[in-house]
Amino acid sequence: MLLYIWVGIAGMAGALLRYGLGLAVSDISGGGFPLATFLTNMAGSFALGYLTFRLGRRSSANPYTSLVVGTGLIGSFTTFSTFSVENIQLFQTGQTATALLYILLSLIGGLFMCWAGFRLGSRVAKGGTAL
Amino acid sequence: MLLVAAGGFFGAVFRFGIGQWVKKHIVTAFPLATLFVNITGSFLLGWLTGMEPSDSIRLFFGIGFMGAFTTFSTLKLENIQLYRKKQWDVLILYLALSYIVGILAALAGFVLGSR
Repeated sequence: MLLYIWVGIAGMAGALLRYGLGLAVSDISGGGFPLATFLTNMAGSFALGYLTFRLGRRSSANPYTSLVVGTGLIGSFTTFSTFSVENIQLFQTGQTATALLYILLSLIGGLFMCWAGFRLGSRVAKGGTAL
Repeated sequence: MLLVAAGGFFGAVFRFGIGQWVKKHIVTAFPLATLFVNITGSFLLGWLTGMEPSDSIRLFFGIGFMGAFTTFSTLKLENIQLYRKKQWDVLILYLALSYIVGILAALAGFVLGSR
């Protein structure tokens, strides 16, 4: 039960960070591309890949850490529903090319970022340096 | 701010709860829980957007709850894990279902909400 509360508190922080980033980015983005959600999802994919494989190799790691930080914080920070709805809005306003670019970049970029996080996390976990 | 935080709390708890429930009751190699939250969340956010809600509802349910209930990072992590296990068929199916059904669900929700 306590774990649910911790996941919820972490989810609160994740949602606030996403909201804050959205407010900050909306001032600089233009051209109709949903930059805030895109950046959020890319950063979160990298962070979750890193965290999972960084902690996964460490026997002393608290199993709750990956749930609270991974599922709670990073899981709530990134979002899929906003991504879907933004695409609908792009299609409906006739910005088909932007929508297709957004889908393609999210699909491939997200996989790449998570994979990069995983590679870095595994390397650090094995005792190497990050760079 | 408080509305986003409160929505985020419940969104994360519901997503976590569904994940735990699926892990306990359904044995499958397919990442069913994430697919389920992402598709239902896309539908509900589309519906909410179509209704053109007030700011406080949008902040609590839209940005807070639905934003936290659905997830992109876990989807990608599960993709990478499937890739490492070389479960290509599951990986392709999972990606196709998430993106195609997710966006269609948002469209269906939006059409229903704006009627």
